[in-house]
Parts: sequence; structure tokens; C-alpha cells
Amino acid sequence: MSAVSSSPVIERGTATSRIAAVAVVIIIALLAVAPQILSAGAVDRMTALFIYVILAAMWNALAGFGGLVSVGQQVFFGLGAYFAIRLAGAGLNPFASLFVSASIVGAISWPLSLFMLRLRNGEFAIGMWVIAALTHLLVNLDRLVQGETGTSLISLNVYDASTRRAVIYWLALASMTALLAILFALLRGSTGAAIRAIRDNEDAAASVGVRVTGTKRLLFVLAAFGIGIAGALWLATSITFQPKTYFNVQWTAYMIFMVLVGGIGTFEGAILGALVFFLIETWFGGTGVWYLVGLGATAVLFSLFLPRGLWGTIEEHSGLRLLPVGYRVRLPADIADGGTAPSPLQTTQHQEKA
Amino acid sequence: MSLLSVENLVVRHGLLQAVRGVSFCIERGETLALVGANGAGKTTLLRAIAGAHQPAAGRVLLDGADLTDVPSYRRVGMGIALVPEGRKLFVQMTVEENLLLGKTAGRPGDWSVDKVLEMFPNLKPRRHAKTGHLSGGEQQATAIGRALMSNPEVLLLDEVSLGLSPLIVDRVYAALQGLIASGTTIILVEQDLNRALSVSDRVICMLEGRVVLEGPSKQVSREDVTKAYFGLHRKSPGSVPA
Amino acid sequence: MSNQIIQGILLGGYYALIACGLSFMFSVMRIINLAHGSLAVFAAYALWLLASRFHVSPFLGLLIVLPLMAIIGWALQRFLLERSARGGALLPILTTFGLAIVIDNMLFEQFGADTRSLAPYIGSLSYDSWEWPGSIYVGKLAVIMFATAVVLLGGLQLFLTRTRLGRSIRATSEDPDTAGLVGVDARRANAIAASIAMVTVGLAGAFLGMRATFDPYAGAPQLLFAFEAAVIGGAGSLWGTLVGGIVLALAQTLGAQVHPQGFLIGGHAVFLIVLFVRLSTSGLGLRGLLRLPSRSAS
Repeated sequence: MSAVSSSPVIERGTATSRIAAVAVVIIIALLAVAPQILSAGAVDRMTALFIYVILAAMWNALAGFGGLVSVGQQVFFGLGAYFAIRLAGAGLNPFASLFVSASIVGAISWPLSLFMLRLRNGEFAIGMWVIAALTHLLVNLDRLVQGETGTSLISLNVYDASTRRAVIYWLALASMTALLAILFALLRGSTGAAIRAIRDNEDAAASVGVRVTGTKRLLFVLAAFGIGIAGALWLATSITFQPKTYFNVQWTAYMIFMVLVGGIGTFEGAILGALVFFLIETWFGGTGVWYLVGLGATAVLFSLFLPRGLWGTIEEHSGLRLLPVGYRVRLPADIADGGTAPSPLQTTQHQEKA
Repeated sequence: MSLLSVENLVVRHGLLQAVRGVSFCIERGETLALVGANGAGKTTLLRAIAGAHQPAAGRVLLDGADLTDVPSYRRVGMGIALVPEGRKLFVQMTVEENLLLGKTAGRPGDWSVDKVLEMFPNLKPRRHAKTGHLSGGEQQATAIGRALMSNPEVLLLDEVSLGLSPLIVDRVYAALQGLIASGTTIILVEQDLNRALSVSDRVICMLEGRVVLEGPSKQVSREDVTKAYFGLHRKSPGSVPA
Repeated sequence: MSNQIIQGILLGGYYALIACGLSFMFSVMRIINLAHGSLAVFAAYALWLLASRFHVSPFLGLLIVLPLMAIIGWALQRFLLERSARGGALLPILTTFGLAIVIDNMLFEQFGADTRSLAPYIGSLSYDSWEWPGSIYVGKLAVIMFATAVVLLGGLQLFLTRTRLGRSIRATSEDPDTAGLVGVDARRANAIAASIAMVTVGLAGAFLGMRATFDPYAGAPQLLFAFEAAVIGGAGSLWGTLVGGIVLALAQTLGAQVHPQGFLIGGHAVFLIVLFVRLSTSGLGLRGLLRLPSRSAS
């Protein structure tokens, strides 16, 4: 009947997204067997990439979906590593301590959120930085850490180098996949609708009954937990723990760079941003200071001229949606066309705050 | 030449067309009343004349000079001053500071803080009070005074009686009569039809962004305007088509 | 002990100096400039360069550096902040954070990791002191710094309330659209406000260099000090930053008494305590910690 066919259709997946879903499964499977083929150096680099993806996705969850820009996320990175050292020192299996540590970080972030989430915008951003600076100083007081001298995750040395490398690789891959899956599920579920409502207009969302603070808290705790895992994994790859390295604001700078370049507030953008960052680091990391200047300048330019980042811009122009977390309404004309990349009339994806 | 003319002005708020091709002129010394229901586009029209909204099409001319691309702060210096709806005072600043702000880019002339306080004697004791602490009538007087401080050629008044008690409105209008008598050109938006018709030389009624009735205030009847108000009436016999 | 309290109060003058630009910019443009500390360090390096390379005394050097900072402030507003503020409240945080990274690393590239100080170029001023009754010695530099802070805050206050330009800036901060309707060029007012803020940052940088050492990455702690002093003092008036600076400095002084590492911990701790008390005693949040008047138009 024409009455049926002429009404708009609300859909979630697209043909592209179904192909993408299959591709994701294949990619993860390939990555899982990759250590058998890759050189030791390449395995280490891939581990670093997974950690970057975690960092980008978690910062994006906080800023892109929760509207909470923090420049103090290094606090969770540092604490993730610190608690892992402490737990392993207390006799817990070093691999197990990585995850117990992240859980503790997540648990700590909950009471912290009660306090910090009452700050707005720039106040929250620098407030988190103060928390990170203070935590860094307090960790320095720990006798085990010996101030800036630091300490090492010695208990990992009982494993031989190749086993250790492979296990950390798999743990990083598994952590990344699990965290992305959790985030994806959150965004597609009822929380996702709340998140998008908050991102579009926080006050309006609150006025129609969206649990703004609860939703933000969930994202805050998730981001703390995820970044805690990242810090613990980083410790596992580098063995040594120097507070200065882990509580360094540069970690947040990397997160901001990845998310701004990839596309703030898009699920795929954070992953793309991590890839871009990984490549830039591989190619230009050796240039030292100019590399950092370049990262900062790129972040400034993206924030001024391409605030939606690469992925946001691609989506805007092509309507491409690989891992759709929103809904979209297609007009009958689109359906008649049967195109694989229909122009969306309206999606809930990126309504930016005016 | 008319002092101010508006030609086929179109103003959009996003997808919504608030003003849809409005044209009219006002002569020096004339008082023009803009009436119409809420949402008819009167406030948007006034704000576009003052430069607060960029029109999508059309022109605003002052003494023959095209103002369309002139930013609002420079229009003040050219002689256009708006008393905005809701008064929009700087509430953290005192009465005197608000008045002095009106002088920032204004034209030379004899309006001064003292002269405004002469005109609105009730403001005198509140001179150094923050405007956030004033009564509605005092706030309205400050807003009118602030606009006058720029010595405007054209004074735009948006709903000056809104939210004020009848007694205060009488006082505000008595002050306006003084301004009209002194030859100031005025465009006023007013919900109260009787006041609008009694104070003005000419009246324009807007409906859904268009002019539906225009004529000398003495000649149009209250009934005509009421009909136009609700869209029951298209063009009155003596009106100039929009 | 009373000696330490006096030193602490005088150090508070420095924090007030570095905080007043941050809170001034926030009050006018609603932007927290994360490059604030880095710009102060930049000014310190500029003075150091003039002194070490061209033998210009840091005080004379201010005659060059402060106008330069004013120009930087103007350019910052026109080319960066104005554009990024149109993208919402969050974007300027990212833009200015990126800028801070660029400045820090450019300084590192140019001047290396060595710590520098302006103390060698100001003669005996860096160590001279006056003896006050009760055998209390107060450094001349510390007194000058405190006096500068008082004069600067008072001058800013007078400027904002007594001059046409000051009123224009306040009007713009309250409601930029209406400011335009009464004849204020809001863009110009914002650019001037940013210039003024950067001049105060330049002054703060000068005192940072004279009273202590700095390195290319010293900007971040300065930003945190400025933010903490501004929030602690945040009473709407500029004098609040002086109170905030003094409280911060006293807490640091006290912290240093308790533990050798306690200087910074004490400062951060008092900030968080003030924050906690303020958040739990008022239902605030929307208007923000810096306690600024809400915009009349919303």
C-alpha cells in the first residue's frame, strides 16, 4: 500500500553498517592471531595502539558524549599503574593486579564524581587537573615509589619475555574490545538516548526528565575505569613506574588530540583518531619537540576549523555510518532509491550545541 | 525623502520566517505604532531596524543611506536607538552607568544623565542603585533614558508598558508625549490598542510577518485594527499596500 | 611563625597577580584560558632574553614586553577565542589547551630544558630585605610584588567602574547583544579585555622570573595557582583574587611546615576544601565557582 511505503522509515543499521559489523569481527580475529606472525617490536607497537584506542574512546565518552572536558584524566592513568604496582607488590598475580587495579580506580572515581561533576566546563577541566596534580604529589609520598625515582613491576620478570609480550598484547586487545563493546552497548541502549539528549542540550534534557547527572556519572566512572586499565597495561609493557611519566598531562594531551582529529562525539572517530595518532607517532615521534608542537598546533587548527574532526566531516558529507549508535529517519524517496548511502534527513548523531 | 525606510525586509530565525517582506516609511517627527498579535513579527522587525538581526533580504535606509550591513553599535551613532522588549538593562550596573553606556557611540546632543533624571524624577534617588534592584517602572524609565542618551533621530520602543501597572504606564506615556512634542521620531510596538492609536500619527498592523493594515491613526477605527489583528480583515480602504 | 605568615601573605600578592588576568578574562568572555600560565612563562622568557642577550633590565624590559603581551592578547581574542567560542563552551578549552602545548614546546625548542631566572638581572633587589619590628625580615621584592598586585587590582577596579571603556567591557560581559544595541562594539571590548588580561599576565611572568626560577614547562603549575586563587577568592570583585592568593599562599606555607613535600599539597588541599565547602553550602553550579553575575539575557 502506498500509505505504508510513503511513510518515513526509522532504521538503525544500514547495509554498510552490517558489512562493517562483519569486518569488525574479522579484524578482531585477525588481531588475535597476529602475535604468531608479527615481530616482537611490532607486537609491542600494536599493544601501544590498543592502549591509545582505549584512551581515545574513554576521553571521547567523557567529552564527546558526556560534555565533560577534562584535562586531568592522567590521574586515572597514573593511579591504574600505581595500584597495579601496589597490588603486585602485595603478592597478587601481576596480570590479575592490572584489572583489580582498574576496578579500584573505577571505584574511587565514583565518590570523586559526586564532587567534580558539580563543576561546569572550564572549571571541571582545570579542577580535574588539580586532582591529578594533588594525586601525583600524594603518590610520591609513598615510600615504595620513592618520590620521582619510581619503582618497577618486578614480579612480571618471572615470565619469559615472549610470553609476557604476547599475554600483554592479548590483554590489551581484549580490554580494548571489551571497553569499546561496553561503550557501544551504552550508546545504543536507553542510556544512549539520554547521552545524546544531554549532548544536544543539557538543560532541555534535564527538563524532560533525562537523568543528566546519573548519566554523566556513569560515563565518568567508565572513563576512569578504562583509563585505569590503560595505565596498568602501559605499566605492564614498560615495567618501570615513575610518577612523573604516568601523571603527566601529556597523556590527556594525546587523548584530546586523538579525539579532536578523529571526531569528537562519534564512536568511530575516536578509533580513527587513535590510528592517526599512532601513525604520526611512528613517523614523527623521533623529531622530539617539534612533534609535540605539531600535535598542539593540529589540535588548535582542528578545534578552530574542523571541530567535528575527520570522521564527523566524513559522516556529514557521505552519510556513511559504520557502527550506528543513533537512529535515523529515511524519507520514502531514499527507500525507493534503495541506495546504500542514503542522505539522512535527520539523524540523532551530531546535533551540535549552538 | 523619508527619514527611515524599510524595503521588502525578510528576517529568518532558522527555518522560521519572522518577517516576510515588509516595507514602510517614516517621516521626520512622525510617530508610528506597530500593532499585532504575539508572534506577528513586530519585535523582530524593530530589532532588525536596530541591527540586532541580519535580514535575509531587503534593505533598511536611514536618510537614504543603506544600513543593511552596518552593525548595531554603529547604527546607534547614526541615530537609531532601541528600547528593547524586556528592557534588557545591565543589572550589575547602576542607573547612571546604564545611562552613560547609551552615550558610548551616540550622536552629539543635549541629552545628559541630569536631563534624563529631570524627565523621570523617580529615578533621581536611585541614580547609584544597581538596576537589578529597581522596580519595573524605574527599570523602564532607565531603559528609555539609556536610549535617549544617544540623542537618536529615530527612537524604537518595544512594548514599553509590558508588565507595568496602569499608573506607571500613564507616567511613561506622559514622558513619551513630551518627546513626541519635541519632535523625536518614534516607532513603537504596543499591545494596548487604545494607547497605540491615541499616541501615534500612523498605525501599521502586522499578521504573521506581513503588514495587513496601514493608515493614519485618526482614520482607522479600532474595529478595523481588531479585525486585521486576527486576520479577518485584509486591506483597509485607505491603506497603502505593503 | 609570624615571619612565615608575613612571607605567605606577600607571596599571595604574586598569586593575585597571576589570578586576576584569568578571572578577568573569564568574567568578560566566559572563557578559561588554559594557555594562561604558559603565556606568563613566555613573558618571563622574553624578559630573560632581553636581559641576558641585550642587557635590558627586566623593569625596562617590561616597557617592551607588556605592549607585546597586549598585542598577543588582542590577536588571541580575534583569531582564536572569538572563533572557537562560537563553537560552544567546550571548544575554547581545547583550543587554549592546544595553544599551551604549542607555547611550552616552542619555548623548550628555543631555550632548552635549563631553568632560568631573572634574579641575576635585578641586582640586590632579589635578596635585599627590610627589617620590620620584631626582627621580621621582609624581602623588598616580595613587598614590591604585593604592592604591584594591590595597585593593579585597584587600578583595574577603577578602570572598570570609572571609564567609558571599562563600562563597555562590563556591559559586554553581562550581555553582548544588548551592549551592541546601546552602541558598544562588543568585539572591540572583548579584544581590549583580552589585551588587558595579557598585560597582567606579562606582569605576573616578570615577577615569576624575579622571585624564582622557571623552565619551559612551568606554565602548567602557574595556571593551576591562578585558577586556585581565583576560585578561592571568587567573590565577584577583583579584590577576591587577592584574598584567594593570600589564602593559597598561606596554605602552601603551612603545608611546607608540616612536610617537606607539603608546599604544593597544602595549596591544592585548601583549594579542594574551599571548593567542597562552597559546593555543599550552596546549590551552586550553574553560575559557576568564580561567582560571576549571571547574564541578564538568557
